[in-house]
This record gives sequence, structure tokens and C-alpha cells, in this order.
Amino acid sequence: MGDANESWRLLSTTLRDPALRGIAEKVAACRRLDAADGQLLYETDDLTGVGALANSVRQRLHGPRVWYVRNQHINYTNVCNKQCRFCSFAANIGRGGPAPYSMSPDDVRAALLRYSDAPITEVHIVGGIDPRLPYSYYLDLLAAVRSVRPDVQTKAFTAVELDQIASVAGKPLPEVLAELREAGLSAVPGGGAEVLSDRVHRLLHPCKLTPDEWLDVARAIADAKLTQYATMLYGHVETVEERVEHLIRLRDLQDETGHFVAFTPLSFHPEGTGLEHLPGPTAMDDLRAIAVARLMLDNIPHIKTFWIMNTPEVSQVALWCGADDMDGTVEEYRITFAEGRSGEVRQALSADAMEELIREAGLTPVERDGVYREVTR
Amino acid sequence: MKETDDILLRASSAERLAADDLLALGSCRDLTALAACADRARLRHNPDRIVTYVVGRNVNYTNVCWVRCRFCAFYRAPGSSEGYVLTRDELRSKVREMIAEGGVELLMQGGLNPALDLAWYESLFRDLKAEFGPSGLILHALSPAEVIYIARRARIGITEALKRLKDAGLDSIPGGGAEILTERVRQEIAPLKTGADEWLDCMRQAHLLGIPTTATMMYGSVDTWEDRVEHLLRVRGLQDETGGFTAFILWPFQPDGTALAQMRGGETGLVKAGAYDYLRTLAISRIALDNVPHFQVSWVTQGPRIAQIALGYGADDFGSTMMEENVVSAAGCTYRVGAREIERLIRAAGYEPRRRNTRYEIIGSRA
Repeated sequence: MGDANESWRLLSTTLRDPALRGIAEKVAACRRLDAADGQLLYETDDLTGVGALANSVRQRLHGPRVWYVRNQHINYTNVCNKQCRFCSFAANIGRGGPAPYSMSPDDVRAALLRYSDAPITEVHIVGGIDPRLPYSYYLDLLAAVRSVRPDVQTKAFTAVELDQIASVAGKPLPEVLAELREAGLSAVPGGGAEVLSDRVHRLLHPCKLTPDEWLDVARAIADAKLTQYATMLYGHVETVEERVEHLIRLRDLQDETGHFVAFTPLSFHPEGTGLEHLPGPTAMDDLRAIAVARLMLDNIPHIKTFWIMNTPEVSQVALWCGADDMDGTVEEYRITFAEGRSGEVRQALSADAMEELIREAGLTPVERDGVYREVTR
Repeated sequence: MKETDDILLRASSAERLAADDLLALGSCRDLTALAACADRARLRHNPDRIVTYVVGRNVNYTNVCWVRCRFCAFYRAPGSSEGYVLTRDELRSKVREMIAEGGVELLMQGGLNPALDLAWYESLFRDLKAEFGPSGLILHALSPAEVIYIARRARIGITEALKRLKDAGLDSIPGGGAEILTERVRQEIAPLKTGADEWLDCMRQAHLLGIPTTATMMYGSVDTWEDRVEHLLRVRGLQDETGGFTAFILWPFQPDGTALAQMRGGETGLVKAGAYDYLRTLAISRIALDNVPHFQVSWVTQGPRIAQIALGYGADDFGSTMMEENVVSAAGCTYRVGAREIERLIRAAGYEPRRRNTRYEIIGSRA
């Protein structure tokens, strides 16, 4: 305790913005931060201080351990009827966007076989909302994964997709979730929440689930005893208040369900979207998003930095600003492209490179599986 | 209490750190604590929430160089068919383009090319100053290795050579070629290059003549923290003596295509130091050099993202807009950032962007 106190003295003497001291005291005492605190954390110009506070929480929760997963992403179709304005992934030839593609279960099998040498433990599957796909298609996708990779966890179908799947199945969501689980689903990715605000929903993605509906689907996922990830897409039209509200709504639900394992702030990339005129977040915004999430989400165990959006370099720094998870090796990703590499589907970070980044940052890499169990090889 | 916490607390209250303290910080892994302490040091020198940058152009007038530094992928040995010397007209048109973009600082460095003598430089500087001086051209040119070689070829002392170059129009000297100012490291990475003492003495003479200079550090090749600390203390010692350093700039060794990387077994031997090491080394340098007023980020090697983050690790200057870069890009580093983007990044980091000249005086317009 003496040690902690002295480190604490260092931390509090180095906080440049005196307004952060109240928050620092709460953090030291493990007391919950409120909306006003969240607002202040987003608005102070002392990002170093915010990062240091978040780092103290990360250190308390995880010590030197930084998690990553060997995984493969599958984006099964870019056909989508949701027309979200922040999206550059959906097929949209009419307006100069990408051409449509769809992967059959056999295509998915082939994609998995392409990396059959990689000892992955998780397959991450998300796609657009193509209303022509029958219920059986989704079950077949899970079966395809099971046939090639019987031992991995399948993290698949965001809340938005699950809502669509239930609707095309003509069955209640809990029943569908039970059947998907039976077919191999083990966790649900966090996409589709965007910003849990009615205003942003109306402006950017009115065809998708409303914030209340998203939270209801999340409750059903928890009831089905599935693990879920959470995200927030930031850096477009949302206000600071709306970001804070998003974090608090997730935190409230987590108090109720406890089923979220990790939170990933997703940095908005404007290129090719309907919001191309916006400048998009800078690296400082990316670090702050991670730090504030770590400080506000006191009941979600892990905070991830997604290297495809944040770059491996910024992700390395993020490990000292609240993040404890570098996400996965990915292999292929079609939703966002690394800067200057538009359209290059092959996006991979080898486990060795990942471990090297973590070690260089003075921390200890720990490989995990899709539900945060440590993998020992 | 951890030893490093005590050191950081002392540094935060503006105490000058000795070699032992700095060496201990070299093993401090706590990036955020170092950042907070470096930010304090930055605020003592530049308490305003402003970050400066200069609109300028980088020109490498020749790539011919006989020194064969093992960390360099830019040079061509004398006689190589890939060697070049820019003509007077090429140089003039590059400066003209810079002036048209509102630029003032011409950062001109090259190699130690046996074909060029003092008269060549004097006449070049005179011509450029005659044509572009009225538009505000500042000549920030010739690292110590070049100055020393020019003096030697002319069989005159360094002070004499500096005087003549200054008379011809040289305003300021970039701190390149310092690499790591310890004989052990220089022996290994650049055995034929200017020694540490010579580099420092050239800067001393420049300062005494009223020519401001920057200082640099290229870390991450074969250096240890002992070497880095010695480097920092030698720069600090000279600055105590002359006060002539305007800014400090550091960047990691870029291995691609260099003899050093090959000697060490290619890709597996020497890996490029990452963002974490850059920010940590920047913060420790800012804490160590309590008498150097400004610290530049190295967006050329780190990219705009880490450069922006570096503003929280002791840097208060975004460097030059460059317009072109030929040296580290030869070693696999190819970022481009214009004035508008620099200003956006500075603002998004919570600072006001201001244009400066080479003497770090705030000047006119914005992007």
C-alpha cells in the first residue's frame, strides 16, 4: 500500500489540469465516475493526465499483461439495406462505391482453409444486412466454420444482424439465439451500437436498430448465456455528451447482465463514406477514446485497441493509456482499410509482431481465445 | 517508493538530473509518468498553449559522399553512376517553389562530395540570397560534417570557414550528423565520420559566431542507454557554455537498405525502434536537456499520428513542412504532411498552431 501511495503522489503531482484531481481521488478510491466526470475527461486539454489515470486503472486490473488473440475475420457480404452514412463497406456502385459480393458457405470454408496453417482460436464473422439471405444461410455459415475449425470459438453476428436473422427466421430472438448457439456461436461482436443516442441514430443510421432496441437485443444475448463485445464508433457527428451517454448506458446494462467482456472504441474513417467532408479523429482522439472508456467502464474487464483503425504504432502507445488488449491477427478485413491501403483486403499482424510490439512497450503478451481464456501452447 | 518515482518528482520540481538519474530513467517503463514529467519541462520553456512549425523545404544538394556511414541508405560513393549534384538552376527552382508556398526555411544538406569546394558553396549561397533574400529566405544548411570537410579541403580553420559561409549567406546550421556523440558508437556505425568532439567543437565555433544551430540524436542502432545519456549530457554541457542550440530533434535509426542492418543479419538483427521507444526517449531527452528551449517532433520518421502524440511528451514544435525528403525515405520512411494538416493536428491536440522562422520567432500567416 505504501508503494501505491507513493506512486499516487507522483501521479497527482504531475496532473497538469487541477480539475482532474477530483477524478483522480475517485479513481484512487475505486469510486464510480459520473457523467460530469466523463465530460471533463473528454474536454480537458491534459490528455497526458487522462492517459495516466486510465493507465493506473489498467495496471490495477491487469498488471503487465496485454492480451491478444490469433483470429481470422470473415466479412461474408457487403450487400446491405441499412444505408448508414458512416459506412464505406456496403456495396454501392450507383454512387461510386464498392461492387457487391457475397460469400457462400463454401467460400467461407475456402477462406478458412487459406489460413489453415495459422493456429487461430477465434473466427470473427460480420457482414451486411442482405434481406434475401434465408435463416439457413446463417446456420450454414456456422456449420462451415465448425467443419474446418472444430476447435475455435466463433464470434459472429452483431446485434443488428441477429435482429435480422430472427426476423427472417420468423421466430423469437431467444429461440434463434439458442439455435445459433447450438450451431456453434460462442460470442457476439460489438458492432452496430455506433453511438447509443437517438439524435445520432436519426441522423446517420435510421434504418438500423434504435439505441433502446440495441440494448434489448444485448439483454437477450446475455439471457442466452452468450458473451458479448461492445464498441462505440466515434469521431463523426456525435457530441461529447452523447459519447458519455453511450458509455453510461453500456455500463448500466453491464451492471444488470455482466456479459460484456471487452469494449473497443472504433475510430471513424471518413474516406468513401457519406461523411467524407469530415476530418475524422486524430491519434490524440484515439488515445483519449481508449483512456476515457477505461475510466468510465469500471465494470467491463477489457479495453481493446483495434490496430487496423488505430495503427500498430498508436496501439502500442494506447497500452499505456488504458488499453489491455491488442485485438487479433485478423488475416483479412474488408470493412476499414489501413491508411493509404484502400481496398487491400489482406490485413494481418503476425502473432510474433504483436508480441514484439507489446514487449517493446515493456509489457507482457498473453495469448487469449475468443472468450478471454489464456491459451498455452 | 520506486527510485524512478523519486527522480521524476525531483525533475518535476525543475531539479537538474545527473547521469545516474538519467540512466535510471532509461529503464523506467512507465510511459505516462515520463510524459507528465516531460510535459512539465516543456511548460517551463514554453508555457503558452502554442505549438510552432516552419514552412520550409528540405533539399539534398548532393548524394555523393565518401564517408560511407553504415546506417545510411541515401549516399552514393564518389564515382557511382547514381550520384548527383543539383545544378544551380534546379536549386533555384526548388527555392522558388518553396517561396511560392509561403516558405522561408531552406534546409540544405548533402554528402561529403570531393567535387565541391568552399567557393562552390559561397557562390551558391550568395546567388540564392541575392535572388530570394528579399522574399525572406533563411539558409539553414550544412551539418558539422560538411562544414568541417569544406574547411579541411580549403586548408583553413573551422572558424574561418564558418565566417566565410556566414558572409555568403548561411544563417543557421542543422544539427545533423550527431548520431550518438560517443566514440564507441561512432566507431561502430560511422568510423570515418567526424568524431564527437569535432562535432561539438564545430557547433561551439558556430555559436560563438552568432550562428544558431539545432542538435540531434539518432538512437536505436547499437547504442545503449549509457550512450544516450552521455550524448544528452554532452549537448547539455555545450549549451551551458554557449546557449546556441535552438532545438533538439531525435529519431530512431531507419534500418532498411543500410549496411548496418545487413551486418547485423538483415531484418532479424536490427529492428526499427518503435513508437514506445521514441516517446520514452523523447520524454527523457526533454527532461535531461533543461537548457534547450525547443523540441521538434520527427513526423518524417514517426508519421503524423505519433508526431501529434509526441506533443504530450515534451515536444513543442512540429518541425518543417519539408516538401521533400530523400534521406530516411531511402531507408523506407515515406510520410508527407502539409501545413494545413500540421495545423489541424496541432489544434486537435489542444494547442494553437503558429508559424515560426528558423530562430523560433513567431511570424505571419497561417495555412
